[in-house]
Amino acid sequence: MLQVILDHYNYWIAIFLMMVGFYTVVARGNLVKKLVGLNIFQTSVFLLYISMGKVTGGTAPILDDRFQVYSNPIPHVLILTAIVVGVATTALGLGLVVRIRESYGTIEEDELDLADGET
Amino acid sequence: MIITLIDIILLTFMGATAFAILRLRSLFAVVMLSGIYSLLAASMFVSLDAVDVAFTEAAVGAGISTVLMMAVLALTGERERLPARTPILPLVVVTLTGAALFYATFEMPAFGDANAPVNLHVAPHYLKNSFAEVGLPNVVTSILASYRGYDTLGEVTVIFTAGVAVMLLLGGRKGDDAGIKREPADDAGNADSGDDDDRDTRGGAA
Repeated sequence: MLQVILDHYNYWIAIFLMMVGFYTVVARGNLVKKLVGLNIFQTSVFLLYISMGKVTGGTAPILDDRFQVYSNPIPHVLILTAIVVGVATTALGLGLVVRIRESYGTIEEDELDLADGET
Repeated sequence: MIITLIDIILLTFMGATAFAILRLRSLFAVVMLSGIYSLLAASMFVSLDAVDVAFTEAAVGAGISTVLMMAVLALTGERERLPARTPILPLVVVTLTGAALFYATFEMPAFGDANAPVNLHVAPHYLKNSFAEVGLPNVVTSILASYRGYDTLGEVTVIFTAGVAVMLLLGGRKGDDAGIKREPADDAGNADSGDDDDRDTRGGAA
C-alpha cells in the first residue's frame, strides 16, 4: 500500500495541480487570475514529464566518471523548451489584458460580456 | 529515504500553494504566491535531477513572469471581484477529468523505474554516445543545441512572434487619438518589459 502511494505520489500531485489550474481558468472571471491558473496548469505538466524521466539512484545527466546511473535527459530538453514558450504566451496574454483594460475599463469577464451586449 | 521525504513535502507545499491561489481574492497576493509556487517547482526539479530545468524555471517562472504580472497589476488594479454565484458545471467537469486521469495513473510505470519505456528508447544512446559525438559533458545541452537543434530554432521563432505581437499590441500607437495621450509612460513601460522578456528567456534557454 505504502509502495503504491510512493510510486504514484508525483503523478497524483501533478493531476491535482492540473485540475486546480484548470478550475481557475474555467471558473474565475478575472483575466489576470485566469493567466495565473494557466501557469499552474503548465507547471503541473512540467512536473509530470520530469517525474517520468527520473531514475531511482540516478544523478543529473552531466557526464562524469564517478557516476554510472543518470536520469533521462530527453524530458528535460522538452520541458526547457516548454518553459520558455510558456513565458512567451504569458507575456502575450498579459499584453492582451492591458489592451482590454484600456478599451473596456475592466478585466472581469461578466462585465466584458455586458459591455459587448451579450448576457 | 530522506530524498523521498523532501519530495513529498515539496509536492504537498505546491498543492497547498496552488489551492491558496485559487481561493485568494487579492491579486497582489495571488501573484506573489505564484512566484513562490514557481520556486517550489524549481526546488522539486533539482530533486528530480533536472538542474537545467530548475535554472530556467527559477529565472523565468519565479522571476520574469512575476515581474510581468506585477507590471500588469499596476495598470489594471489588484482586487478580484466576487462572482455572483458559484458555478457548478466547472466543478463537475474538473472533478470528472481529475478522476479519469487519477484512474489512468495506475497504468503508468512506477516513479523512478529505470526500465520504464520512456527510459529505454533514445536516452541510452544519448547518454552513451553524446560525449563522443558532440563533446559536451552536459547531455541536456548536447541534445538541445545539436541533436534537437531544430526544436530550439522553432522555440526562438515562437518567442520572436510573441515579442512582435506584444509590441504591436502595446507600442507604436502613440498619438493615435486623444484618449491614449494621458498614459504614454505606461505604454512605453510595457513595450519595454515585453522586449526584456524576449531577450532574457533566450539567455535562459542557452
